[in-house]
Amino acid sequence: MKQLVCLSKTPETTTQIKLTGDGSQIDSNGVNYILNPYDEWYALVRAIELKEAVGGTVTVINVGDASNDVVIRKALAIGADDAIRVDADPSNALGVAKSIANNVKEAGYDIIYCGKESIDYNGSQVPAMLAELLDLPFVALATDMKVDGQTATIKRDIEGGSETVEVQTPFVLSAAKGLAEQRIPNMRGIMQSKRKPLNVVSSDVNDAKTQISGYALPSGKSEVKMIDPENMDELVRLLQEEAKVL
Amino acid sequence: MVLVFVENSDGKFKKAALEAVTYGRKTADLLGSECHALVIGAADNAGELGNYGATKVYQLSNDNLNSFDSQTYTQAISGVANDKGASTIILSNNASGMALTGRLAARLDAACVSGANALPTLDGSNLRIKKNIFSGKAISEMTLTGEKKVISVTGNSLKPETIGSPCEVEAVSVDVSAPKSKVISQDKQTGGPAPLPEAELVVSAGRGMKGPENWGIIEDLANIIGATTACSRPVADTGWRPHHEHVGQTGVAIRPNLYIAAGISGAIQHLAGVNQSKCIVVINKDPEAPFFKAADYGVCADLFDVVPKLTEAIKKAKA
Repeated sequence: MKQLVCLSKTPETTTQIKLTGDGSQIDSNGVNYILNPYDEWYALVRAIELKEAVGGTVTVINVGDASNDVVIRKALAIGADDAIRVDADPSNALGVAKSIANNVKEAGYDIIYCGKESIDYNGSQVPAMLAELLDLPFVALATDMKVDGQTATIKRDIEGGSETVEVQTPFVLSAAKGLAEQRIPNMRGIMQSKRKPLNVVSSDVNDAKTQISGYALPSGKSEVKMIDPENMDELVRLLQEEAKVL
Repeated sequence: MVLVFVENSDGKFKKAALEAVTYGRKTADLLGSECHALVIGAADNAGELGNYGATKVYQLSNDNLNSFDSQTYTQAISGVANDKGASTIILSNNASGMALTGRLAARLDAACVSGANALPTLDGSNLRIKKNIFSGKAISEMTLTGEKKVISVTGNSLKPETIGSPCEVEAVSVDVSAPKSKVISQDKQTGGPAPLPEAELVVSAGRGMKGPENWGIIEDLANIIGATTACSRPVADTGWRPHHEHVGQTGVAIRPNLYIAAGISGAIQHLAGVNQSKCIVVINKDPEAPFFKAADYGVCADLFDVVPKLTEAIKKAKA
């Protein structure tokens, strides 16, 4: 089984988001970057589990500059065999998807994994774009996958429940919580990761049709109104008359 | 023309689909264009989408579209868009929307915003659209410069408005290949309150409940106001409640009108999934619970005491 996992680098989940003085950028001072949790905990680990069960390889791919090598090495430490970094600006989803597609089109991967979204821009666009560019079926929001030969049976989240989908390799999936359990790299993995191949390739994709023109922070909440626990009638009145939500 | 893909569930339109139609109409008005809707499969009263702003409905039936597959649905939607001359496609940002939005953008080489939470504004001939990023911790404004645009709309971002009247329904056909994936079973709640992403009222509980056997008081409160129940991550992880009830950064992100949280401390990852709620009520016996800082109303007391009292107070107010 030849597998590919797409990785992105995101700020840590507990990051307090601040803007630069003029509001044109997210202030990256003091921000810790990690592997996007959906990519690492669920997509990558499920691919490694499958490799452990049926053999084959797990390659990881990332679009970005050399500062991303740290998180790419972490994926190698967790158990990926080799890595590709496409040296390009990852700010546009379609550009990222094209950069990945151009580099993997001829490689014949059986399963291509992405996280369901990156926790910074919450776009959920790249996995679907990649599937379309590669003309492959796509199963979004996968929470469980069983593979038997070339047939995968995948459970995916839908509104208020789940559905089970059957698909043949090759295909693209996006990983949601439940697909696998987070793995912590051990010392042996960390040592090995330093010697595993990380190939840097260039990309000539450059036609962004969607740009970020500005940022804002949500308006702050007004002070919480504390209600006497013995007076729930008052809470109901406020919900009806002040908040007008009941 | 602005084409809205209107999802139908067993022939019925969900609220999120109607919101997308209203969003499409207002976008069309802004662009000086028309709003048409596309329905795949049999639907009762498709012409009534006109009430929410469509001036024409295309109905597409094809055996290859009987079960959802993102590849065939993308062929169908982009096929109709090309045949009918649509430059902008609008859909809901839900489970099927997430599988389609990026595909459509790649197929049409279009500008794309997923999870728009406000109507677009015009910047020359370009559209500007706001969306939440960092799970609601910031907002970005996107400029869409391509001639073709694909926009998915976050649920509860606007209300479906009655701004038109029933309209013509035209049967259309496009070539669609045989699907390469197949839905073999579905497991979802039927009847009962709205699914979480669409729910206007949500009652949620966390570890403070001490065990799954105590959920009766949460269900009673939810039932009396017609709310959907939700839970925090530890509760779903330990199997006290089903996985699909988990709201937060790694669960479902919601924006109901009212979110009542009992026995949830309010970790930043939980807040990320609920901080778009219009009104938040927090019930917690720990005065230091960080959730109080994000709440509109707080009750600092034992939830086993307060929740039944709140249910009674609502019953009384309704009587």
